[in-house]
Amino acid sequence: MAKNKKSLSYELIKGVVKENPLFVLVLGTCPALAVTTSASNGLGMGIAFTFVLIMSNVVISALRKVIPDSVRIPAYITIIASLVTIVEFLLKAYAPELDQSLGIFIPLITVNCIILGRAEAFANRNGVLASIMDAIGMGLGYTLALLLMGGLREILGFGTFFGINMPWIREGGLRPIGILALPAGGFAVFGVLVALFNKMNHRWYSRKPDSVMERSNYPGSISARTDAPFISAESASSGSEAVAISGRSVPASMTEPGERSLSPGERE
Amino acid sequence: MQEMFKILFSVILIDNLVLSRFLGVCSFLGLTKDLKNSMGMSIAVVFVMLLSTAVTYPIYAYLLDPYGLGYLQTVVFILVIAATVQVLEAIIRKAMPPLYQAMGIFLPLITTNCAILGVMLINIQESYSFVNAIMSSLGAGLGYTLAMFLFAGVREKLETSDIPDSLKGLPSTLIAASILSVSFMGFSGVIENLFG
Repeated sequence: MAKNKKSLSYELIKGVVKENPLFVLVLGTCPALAVTTSASNGLGMGIAFTFVLIMSNVVISALRKVIPDSVRIPAYITIIASLVTIVEFLLKAYAPELDQSLGIFIPLITVNCIILGRAEAFANRNGVLASIMDAIGMGLGYTLALLLMGGLREILGFGTFFGINMPWIREGGLRPIGILALPAGGFAVFGVLVALFNKMNHRWYSRKPDSVMERSNYPGSISARTDAPFISAESASSGSEAVAISGRSVPASMTEPGERSLSPGERE
Repeated sequence: MQEMFKILFSVILIDNLVLSRFLGVCSFLGLTKDLKNSMGMSIAVVFVMLLSTAVTYPIYAYLLDPYGLGYLQTVVFILVIAATVQVLEAIIRKAMPPLYQAMGIFLPLITTNCAILGVMLINIQESYSFVNAIMSSLGAGLGYTLAMFLFAGVREKLETSDIPDSLKGLPSTLIAASILSVSFMGFSGVIENLFG
C-alpha cells in the first residue's frame, strides 16, 4: 500500500465515504453502537477519537524508524493508551458531562481497531504530514458516521436533536420510537446504514480498482469481511507455531493475498 | 453469597456483554459464522477475562489506588492483558495441546478485544470486592459465550434464507442481532424477582 504516492487531499477525503471506517471497513463498532444514543454523544466521541487518532499517527510516524519491528505492537498500544489517558483528563476537566455519558468508552478508545489499524497500515510507512491527513480523514469519516447514527437514533428515538425538540415528533402526530434508543435499536440502525453505504459505494466506486482496502492491515480486527481467513485458520492452527503479539500479531493466514481482492463493489 | 449470584446472573442475562453493553461486538459479528470458531473464541475470552481480572484487580487495589495513580489504569491494564495473553498462550501450548488447538489462534486477537479491557474497567468503576469482580468477569465471559452460541445458530439459518441484495451479509446480520437483543430485554426484572 501507498507505494504509489497519492496526493494529500486524496488521503484526506478517502475516509469519508469510500473507506469510511465505520460503515465500509466496519471497524470500531463497539463505541459506535454504545454511545450513539444522542447526536451530542456521537459528536463528542468522534472528536475525542479523532484527537487520539491524529496524535497517535503523528507520534508513530515520527518514531517509525526508532521503534524496532519486533516490538512495534506493544509500543503502539502504549503510545495510544497514554494519549487516551490525556484525552480522559481533558474531558474530565473541560467537559465533565460528556465524560459521564461516554463512561468507559473513553478508555476503550485504546482498543479501537481503527487506531491500531491506521498505525499499522499507514503511519508506520508514511511521513508525518501524510499521516496527519490520513488521520484527519479517517477521524472525520468516523465522526460523521457517529453523528449520523446518533442523530438518527436521537431524532427517531427521543424526538430531539442535540437536545432541541423536533417540531413534528413530540407535539405533532408522530410519536418517538423508543426502541431505537435502546441497544436493539443501535444494531438495527447500524445495519440499515451499512446497507445504504454498500449501495452507495457500489454505485460510485464499483469501477475504480484502487478502492481496495487491505483489510489484512488491521491487526485484531474481526469483522464480517475478515472472517474468510478464520475458516482457513482451522486447518492452519493444527500444526502452526504460536503467533506472538510482539512479533507478527496478525496470524499468517490473515494476510492471504486473496483477502485484498475484495473491492467494496463486489459483495458475496 | 446472594449478591455474588445476583451479579453473576444479571451480567449474563440483563447486562449481557455483547447485546446490551456492546463490548466485543467486532468478534461477535466476525466469528459467529460457524459454531466451532465462535466457541473457540468464547473459551479464550472466558479464560483471559478471569485471569486478567485476577491480576489487574490487586494491581489497582494495592498499587495504583493507594498512591493516587488511578489514572494510569488504562495503560497498566492493557499491558497486563497483553502480557497475560502471551503467558497463557505459552502455558497452554505446552500443557494442553488440544485446548491450544481449539483457541490458540484467537488468543493474540484478544488483546485488542474491547470486551476484556471493558470488563476490567467496569469492575473498577462498580467498586466490586475481589470475589464479586471475579464473579462479574465470569458472568461476562459466560454471557459472551451464550450470545455467541445463540447467534451462531441464528446465522446458520440466515445463510440459507433469501434476502434483498443490499442487505446481504453484514446488514442482515446486524438486524438479526438487533432482534436477539430485543429478546434479551425480556429478562429485565427477572433478577430482581429472583434475588430480591
